[in-house]
Amino acid sequence: MQNTDTAHSVASMSMEIPLAEPPQPVQTAAAPKMRTGNLNAYFGKTRALRDVSLSVPEQRVLAIIGPSGCGKSTFLRCLNRMHEVAGGTMKGEVTLDGTDVLAIDPVLLRRRVGMVFQKPNPFPTMSIFDNVAAGLRLNGVRDRKFLAATVERTLRQAALWDEVKDSLGKSGASISGGQQQRLCIARTLAVNPEVVLMDEPASALDPLSTAKIEELIYQLKSSYTIVIVTHNMQQAARVSDVTAFFYLGELIEVGDTKKVFTTPVKKQTEEYITGRFG
Amino acid sequence: MARPGVTPDPLTVTGDGTVRDPIAGLSRAAGPARKWNAGDFIFKHLTLLFALGVLLLVFLMGFEMYRGSALTIEKFGWDFLVTSTWDPVLDEYGALPFIVGTLVSSMLALAIAVPLGLGVAIFLAELAPRWLEQPLSFLVELLAAIPSIVYGLWGIFVLVPWLRLHIQPWLGSNLGFLPFFQGPAYGFGMLAAGLILSVMVLPIIASISRDVLRTVPTLQREAALALGATRWETTKIVLTAARSGILGAILLGLGRAVGETMAVTMVIGNRADISASLFSPGYTMASVIANEFAEATTDLYTSALIEIAFLLFVITIILNAVARLIVWSMARKFKTA
Amino acid sequence: MNGTGWWRFRWRKAKNLGMSTFAAACLLLSVAPLVLIFSYTLIQGISSLNLAFFVQMPKPVGETGGGMANALAGTGILIGLGALFGLPVGIMGGIYLAEYGNNPFGASVRFLADVMSGVPSIVVGVVAYVLVVLPMNHFSALAGGVALAILMVPTVTRTTEEMIRLVPHSYREAGLALGIPQWKTTVRIILPAALKGITTGVLLAIARAAGETAPLLFTALGNRFWSTAVDQPIASLTVFIYDYAKAPFEDWNRQAWAAGFVLISLILVISVIFRVVTRSRYAEH
Repeated sequence: MQNTDTAHSVASMSMEIPLAEPPQPVQTAAAPKMRTGNLNAYFGKTRALRDVSLSVPEQRVLAIIGPSGCGKSTFLRCLNRMHEVAGGTMKGEVTLDGTDVLAIDPVLLRRRVGMVFQKPNPFPTMSIFDNVAAGLRLNGVRDRKFLAATVERTLRQAALWDEVKDSLGKSGASISGGQQQRLCIARTLAVNPEVVLMDEPASALDPLSTAKIEELIYQLKSSYTIVIVTHNMQQAARVSDVTAFFYLGELIEVGDTKKVFTTPVKKQTEEYITGRFG
Repeated sequence: MARPGVTPDPLTVTGDGTVRDPIAGLSRAAGPARKWNAGDFIFKHLTLLFALGVLLLVFLMGFEMYRGSALTIEKFGWDFLVTSTWDPVLDEYGALPFIVGTLVSSMLALAIAVPLGLGVAIFLAELAPRWLEQPLSFLVELLAAIPSIVYGLWGIFVLVPWLRLHIQPWLGSNLGFLPFFQGPAYGFGMLAAGLILSVMVLPIIASISRDVLRTVPTLQREAALALGATRWETTKIVLTAARSGILGAILLGLGRAVGETMAVTMVIGNRADISASLFSPGYTMASVIANEFAEATTDLYTSALIEIAFLLFVITIILNAVARLIVWSMARKFKTA
Repeated sequence: MNGTGWWRFRWRKAKNLGMSTFAAACLLLSVAPLVLIFSYTLIQGISSLNLAFFVQMPKPVGETGGGMANALAGTGILIGLGALFGLPVGIMGGIYLAEYGNNPFGASVRFLADVMSGVPSIVVGVVAYVLVVLPMNHFSALAGGVALAILMVPTVTRTTEEMIRLVPHSYREAGLALGIPQWKTTVRIILPAALKGITTGVLLAIARAAGETAPLLFTALGNRFWSTAVDQPIASLTVFIYDYAKAPFEDWNRQAWAAGFVLISLILVISVIFRVVTRSRYAEH
């Protein structure tokens, strides 16, 4: 989907209210959905990312691993321009379907590139239903039937429907942590993004919820492009197709998950994977 | 006695071969262990006494005023609150004009200060960059530091003439069909009082709302932004989350408006009338006390004024207590979330 | 539904811009009175400000000139009395809250102190009237001092507590680890460390008390003559402004502005100092 037209036409394309069914899975070798070229990210004077050039393959799961503080989350936030919300700046190329993300209005970008945070953050003053529907309502969707259908579909996708279907009116904050996180995933999916960014989505959860979320990621991969940041290497090995290893703000190695975990090329990657540091 | 199996420490072995336990020797030399220290006891209870004094002060205030209004409570009972005769010559007193005046001026003040104050709070908490926000917040807080009398000065010599010469004529000719804008344009009156009160109440509403908005976790804002919400849509969500705290801020502002004395007295015209028009002079509870207390001739007169003060006391205590409880419970809710 | 997408988006962006502009406008509108009032007092008052204004006594009605020497002295005495009665209660109460106050009693004292700070100053004046003027059977500086003291107590209590809490816990631990009893640690180590903050808090409370008018109107009353007696009515800067502002003489009105300028400058300077000191203390943490 190469689109080098003006931001207006890109915007009008993304303005289409999403279809009721997600797009069919793509069988061919993954073309890059998003790409960064020599990306440098700063917090004031401090450089958090150095010359990162990485392709995010379409409809695959890309896992980003590395020790704490190596820039994984910062990289993720550059992809949907949340980095600048926290006061940071970025230099270099970041593209979505070939278009520079800085040329796309952040509001529109974030509808196409959704994000799930480390700590579940449902809106406490809204019900479960309203939480999931929040993104759609912001875009002017009023049709009650459509909203209800989408809420049910995404809650099923998030494996939460059976647990909350009788209490959709309860506050979004009244359910357990694991359920809240799945609610946030449903909320993100409801606007039918093309890319889903996940920042350590299961690190604050118990093992059972973690397993459910990993299962979820595995299922979602056929319909969405997923980038997941995780400090849990086993998790990365389980769910991802491609793995990228970051260290001290630099991309050290990227490749097929199986290859990276069994025969890593760089020494640092090997040391991290075998637990010598981090 | 040397214990079997233990090598005697040369430092503790005395000349005749017995072993001395150094630690046992020391603590015995210091005397029996003390459970409490006299200084600690005295200091703690001394400060406790003063803290108790603060507590008792509030009750003392209420009690003394209740006692001071005994005469009018006895004579008029609840009618005092609903009668509008205020006649020191005949010794007939009813506080209704002042209660109405206080209500109208405060409501007018809130009608202006709440939207403005919220706008300021949103700007400071959500929109302004850090380097701009700090000096601006300070300026807004400085507004609260200006004494009432200075506001009154400015009110008499700047606000009132401006109202009399420009605003009131304009309102009268364009909106004069409304009962609010009828009557001669003195400048002094309810409108002036409401305007000046709004300036005085605005910093309270703005600073407390700003603090309340800040307690909403950033994670909530990020959730909304990541969904593709605009800044304003995100702010709307934050406002809904913070709504009880903002209510608390408004109540605190109302409390301040109700008790404001000097600025209001200097511009309201000080006439015990109840009228629909904002142009007409009025009288508030605080103003009547300020104007007439020093000259109250009879005991009943003084008692009536003290009863009005007691009313003010009760109203502001309730407003403040409710407001602080609301703000406190909201902050706690977000800490545990 | 699909065709309206673009316009919906533009509408959302427009609303966003509109609300941001509104918020910024609110801010400008709010800061404007501050600037207006301050500059007005300056312009109107500066012409009457000269040395004579500070050291002379008010001239009789009809004569121009004169000063507010008695009012300045009066305010000084009134806040001195207020500090005498109010500071010990406030500071000791604040120490209690910071050191021993983590219990329901402390919580209620804290709550009531906050609530009390919302009681209008005129009501406090009435209380002082009942407590002091009635038994003494006449107005006095003492009654005014008592009113100001009551007004100071809540502020001083809370700022003292907050300043003591800001002292790093390590100071206290060091003292206790050396075997110094808790009360001595508080008095000899913690208080001196918190002193700068406590002093500024006290200064702020005094500045606010100096700006009060309502409670003085029927406690200290006012005095056109020089008086420093505690048991007699006394003049004050604020009542001076009130009387001279109401008067029909233009010369007197100008003097009211001048006095107002003195008052507002004093309060603003102290507010700035307080802000700078507390900000640097918070920054240390």
